Amino acid sequence: MPLIRDGIFVEDNFATIADGEPFPANGTIVSLARFHKDREALLARNAPVGVRLKSEESPEALGEDVHRLSVVVLEFPKFRDGRAFSWARILRTRLGFTGEIRAAGHFLYDQLAFMHRVGIDAFEVPENITLPEFHRALGEMTDVYQPSADRRKTIRQLRAGFETLPSLPSGERAG
Amino acid sequence: MYRYDEFDARFVTERVAQFRYQVERRLSGELTEDEFKPLRLMNGLYLQLHAYMLRIAVPYGTLSARQLRMLAHIARKYDKGYGHFTTRQNIQFNWPKLVDVPDILADLATVEMHALQTSGNCIRNVTADHFAGAAADEIEDPRPIAEIIRQWSSLHPEFSYLPRKFKIAVGGAAHDRAALKFHDVAVEIVKNEAGETGYRVYAGGGMGRTPYVAHVVGDFVATTDILAFLEAVMRVYNQSGRRDNMYKSRIKILVNALGPEEMRRRIEREFAEIRAGGTLEVPAEEIARITDYFAPPAFEALSDVSPEFEATREADVDFRAWSDVNLAAHRAPGYSIVTISLKPIGGVPGDASHEQLDALAELMDKFGIAEIRVSHEQNLVLPHVRKKDLSAIHARLAELGLATPNAGLVTDIIACPGLDYCDLANARAIPIAQRLSERFADLKRQRDIGELKIKISGCINACGHHHAGHIGILGVDKKGVEFYQLQLGGSGAEDASIGEILGPGFGEHEIVDAVERVVDVYLERREGSERFLDTVRRVGLEPFKERAYAAH
Repeated sequence: MPLIRDGIFVEDNFATIADGEPFPANGTIVSLARFHKDREALLARNAPVGVRLKSEESPEALGEDVHRLSVVVLEFPKFRDGRAFSWARILRTRLGFTGEIRAAGHFLYDQLAFMHRVGIDAFEVPENITLPEFHRALGEMTDVYQPSADRRKTIRQLRAGFETLPSLPSGERAG
Repeated sequence: MYRYDEFDARFVTERVAQFRYQVERRLSGELTEDEFKPLRLMNGLYLQLHAYMLRIAVPYGTLSARQLRMLAHIARKYDKGYGHFTTRQNIQFNWPKLVDVPDILADLATVEMHALQTSGNCIRNVTADHFAGAAADEIEDPRPIAEIIRQWSSLHPEFSYLPRKFKIAVGGAAHDRAALKFHDVAVEIVKNEAGETGYRVYAGGGMGRTPYVAHVVGDFVATTDILAFLEAVMRVYNQSGRRDNMYKSRIKILVNALGPEEMRRRIEREFAEIRAGGTLEVPAEEIARITDYFAPPAFEALSDVSPEFEATREADVDFRAWSDVNLAAHRAPGYSIVTISLKPIGGVPGDASHEQLDALAELMDKFGIAEIRVSHEQNLVLPHVRKKDLSAIHARLAELGLATPNAGLVTDIIACPGLDYCDLANARAIPIAQRLSERFADLKRQRDIGELKIKISGCINACGHHHAGHIGILGVDKKGVEFYQLQLGGSGAEDASIGEILGPGFGEHEIVDAVERVVDVYLERREGSERFLDTVRRVGLEPFKERAYAAH
C-alpha cells in the first residue's frame, strides 16, 4: 500500500510483522497483544516501535507507553466502523501523542478530511489515489464548525475574529 | 429566525459541490452502490421501492415563507407536485432523479436550506417543540440551543460514522411537544432553585423494535457546557455502542446494557476532560448572539379578548369547531398559535401540494407572519397570529383544504409512508390511516371522543411512533399478508410511556373495526373528563382486549 504522510507519498520505513514473526532490524509495527507480550524486548531495541490497534482496541490500553511509540496504526476493518475517529482524537487530545497516527484498512476518499481533522497524519491509501485527489479531499470544505485535534479555527472563532488559539487541553500540554 | 452568515452560506454551498462530486463518481461507476450508500444517506437521499427519496432538513421545524415557496418549486420542478412532512419535522420528496439531486440541493442553498444528515449513521437533523417561542408554558425558546447543536453536529469529524443514527430533540416547556424521552439524546431547558437556566439531558430513549424511555444522564448542565456534554455522550457511544448487530446498535441498547449509572459515570469522565480543554465552551455572548435571531416579533399591545374573533365564533359554526381545537394558548395577549391540519378526512397524513405550499406562503406574507413550523405530528403551525386575523385566515385555509378541525383528535393520525413508498416497510400505513379517518369522520363523534392520538407504523422501525400512540398500530407481514397489531397506552408527551400490545394482529379489513370497538370501551368506561389514555391507564388492557377480540 502506498503511504501518504504529512501530505506527500513517502517510503514506509516500518515493517508490520505478524505475532509469531521475529523483529526486523529497523522500525517495526506489532499488534497490541504482541506489544504487551514483548514490551521489554521491543522497547529495549534501538529502533522505532509502532502498535497497530484493531478498531475495538482503545489506545488507552497502551498507557504511558504510548509516548515511547513512533507510530500508532488505527485499523478501519470496513469504512462504516467509525471507532478509530475517536481513538485518534483520544490519542491526540487526551494522551497527548505527538507521533504518527496512521490509518490502515478500508476507508473512502470521502472520509479523508474527517480523518485528518481528528489527528490522523498518515494514510495507507489504495493504489489508485493520486496526491491531487488526496489534497482535494482535504480541501472540499473551507471551514469547520467544531474544534478537533487539527486545532483549526472554528467558524465561531472566525466570526468572533479570534486571532489566538484557545488554551489546549491538559493532555496536550503534558505531551 | 436564524439567518446564514457568509460562513454558513459557504459551508452549505461547498457541501453541495461535495455531494455533486459524489454523485458524479457514482454515475461513472467509480463508487459502488455499497460505498455510495452512506454518502448519499448523509445527504438525505434514500433508494426506496420505486425511486429515490430526498429528505430535506427543516432544522427545529422552522420555515420562512421564502423557504416554503422553494419547497413548492422543488415539488413542481423535480417531483410529482407534492411533498410529505415527516415525524422528524423534515420534508420528503418521493420521486426525484439522482442526476437532479445536486441541483435540488443548490436550489435549497439559495434559501439557506440543506439535506445535511437527514439520514445515515450520524447526528440527525435536530428537532424542537413546534410551539417554540410562542407557547404560554415555555421556559425558554429551545431553538437557539438547537441551532448551536445543528452547527456543532454538521460534518462532525469524529461522529459521522457512528454505530447507528442519532437523534437529538430540544424542548423548553412544561408540556413536552417534542417527544423528548423517545430520543437518543434530549435536551430539556430547566431552571434550578437559583432561577438559572440550564439543561437536563436525557439519553437512551427510542422506539424501533426495542422501545425505551430515556434516562436522565445530566441533571443540570450549564448552558455554556452543553456542547462539551453532548460531545462526551457521543464519544462514549462511538467507542462502546454495538456495531455487530444493527438492531442493537442504538445508544438506548448501550444505556440499558451498562445501566444508567455506569453510563453517567462514563459520560462524566469524558465531560470533565472535554470541559477542561475549553475548546467546546459556548460563551454566553455566542448564546445571546444566536438567541437574537429568534427574537419574537414585536407583539402589538392587544387585549386578549378579540371582538372580531368572538363575533365570528358566534356566527360561523365551522370557525367555532376549528378554533376550539386548532388553536393553542399564546404567551402574548391577543395572539394565538394555529395548527394547520395536514390530516383532511381520508387524506394522506403529512402531504402538502405545491399549490398549498405557495398559498400558505402568500397567506403568511399577507398577515405579516414571518415563520411557519412543521410539527412532529405531521401538521403545520403558524406560531404568532393575531386573534382578530383568525377568521380571515380560517376562511383562506378552508379554501385550500387546510382547515380540518381535528388537531389532537382521533383523525389527527400520524402515519409513516409504509409499504406504499418505503423499502423497509412490511405493511401499508397510509390506507389504514385513511380508512380510520373516514370511519371517525363525524365531527360530533370526534369531539365527544376528545384527545386521542393514533400512530401507525408500517414496520418495526416505528417511524410512525406507534409505541407512543394512545392507540398504536404496527403493520406486520405474515406470510405475505398484512396484519396490524394494536398497542394501547403509549404517550410521547411529558408522561411518556410505551404502549402495550393488545394481542394478535388484525387483518387489513378488521383493524378499523377493532379500533372502533376499543374506542367504544373508552366511551363506556371513562369517568369525568378522562382522556382515552387516562382510562387505559386506570382500567388496564383487559376490557379493551375482551371487546376488541369479541367479534373476531
